[in-house]
Amino acid sequence: MIALLLRDLRLAVRAGGGFGLGLAFFLIVTVLIPFGVGPETGLLSRIAPGVLWIGALLACLLSLDRIFALDWEDGSLDLLATAPLPMEGIVTIKALAHWITTGLPLVLAAPALGVLLSLPPSGYLWVLVSLALGTPALSVIGTFGAALTVGLKRGGLLLSILVLPLYVPTLIFGAEVARRGAEGLAVQTPLLMLAGISFGTLALLPFASAAVLRINLR
Amino acid sequence: MMPDLGKYAFAVLASYGVSLGLIIVLVSLSLRRARRVRAELDKVEERVKRHG
Amino acid sequence: MSIWEYANPVKFIRTTDRILPWVSVAAVLCLVTGLVWGYFFTPDDYRQGATVKIIYLHVPAALMAINAWIMMLVASLIWIVRRHHVSALAARAAAPVGAIFTVIALATGALWGQPMWGTWWAWDPRLTSFLILFLFYLGYMALWSAIENDDTAADLTSILCLVGSVFALLSRYAVLFWNQGLHQGASLSLDKEENVADVFWYPLLVCIAGFVLLFVALVFLRTQTEIRARRTRALLARESRT
Repeated sequence: MIALLLRDLRLAVRAGGGFGLGLAFFLIVTVLIPFGVGPETGLLSRIAPGVLWIGALLACLLSLDRIFALDWEDGSLDLLATAPLPMEGIVTIKALAHWITTGLPLVLAAPALGVLLSLPPSGYLWVLVSLALGTPALSVIGTFGAALTVGLKRGGLLLSILVLPLYVPTLIFGAEVARRGAEGLAVQTPLLMLAGISFGTLALLPFASAAVLRINLR
Repeated sequence: MMPDLGKYAFAVLASYGVSLGLIIVLVSLSLRRARRVRAELDKVEERVKRHG
Repeated sequence: MSIWEYANPVKFIRTTDRILPWVSVAAVLCLVTGLVWGYFFTPDDYRQGATVKIIYLHVPAALMAINAWIMMLVASLIWIVRRHHVSALAARAAAPVGAIFTVIALATGALWGQPMWGTWWAWDPRLTSFLILFLFYLGYMALWSAIENDDTAADLTSILCLVGSVFALLSRYAVLFWNQGLHQGASLSLDKEENVADVFWYPLLVCIAGFVLLFVALVFLRTQTEIRARRTRALLARESRT
């Protein structure tokens, strides 16, 4: 399992796709927002937590189809399926690798981008915490979507249509934590809900993803 | 006999129009596809019977 | 004699062919009676005026939009557990019907909201949940049409339906938490106190019956179509092999 994780990470670093692209996309979205809504500081600092969340979510979405695509093309996915590792384990590792290459950099970059959006000082901690708690859920849900569309030629667009509605609860609670944190309100309830969603999806969704992947490899 | 809808005429009439329109579109599309698929199946079955 | 006999496609087509005309006629009768009764022979509400007449379309459509998804969920479960093809095809046949009902509920809701709340759209929990439900319908239908192999498509969509149901419920509560709404509470609860008045209630019941029957008729018809389309594909495939 660890070998698989290391292999995925090595591939992602060498191909250079995962990290760089997602981060660059996140940066560009954050830069574009003020162009769209105007440079007024008060407005920006009010919407900053939500914008950071949406940006992270879209950047995450962007790299989802790479989770299985390369392994599917060169046939190593079939090899993995016959390996002694259970499919659920493979799927979890894939999601973890995706989180480390995409989610984690986004989490770390978010405070820096918060400066651009004049995020209130009280917000940095909660943006960081909510993204750190929420992005694993995004990766796990995304892996399910990627497993659904793995064999399809034009899977990218379909993948986003399938995955985005599934992202709704995570986004609502995550952005709510960040917003309440920035405004100095109590964050306990949404934070607990967000943690619940993350751990719940982490515990249950790999079974669905594995079932889907088995069907697609049939 | 027409009920007096007053200032809400637009809302009420548009609701009925949109809903009935959508239902009619849905039903006619379903019927058309049903007919087409049925005809196609009949054709293919006829051919299979003749050859097979 | 058990219900599973209807899982045989031939038997399903034969039986539904016999029932379908009756269901269709009953659906049309109920819809016409309910809507005419509601439109021409009910008084205006003392607060909402004539807009109360929209209820005869809005509530049944919303009800059936949710029930259609539940029916798809049950059909998907039956497919996963018992591998009856008719079940998978029925789920596929129901999706567009449910999506259209969702659109009707949203559109009539917007038209109703405009004079009552002064806005076409508000990010109210109920409205938002319905929008999300519509997105789920779209994704479900898109997945069905994207996959060529029938069995694979049936498997994948039924799993998507299961996962989607969980997330739809989750979204429902997330949205409730996220914003308090303008929408009134349930108009159909068994609790008499908050229910709509009897004058509106009886024609509404007839309309709901009409929408249920319409849904059943459409699903029967569309399932038959799917069965036939599939048989055509199978025959053509066999032909091209020999």
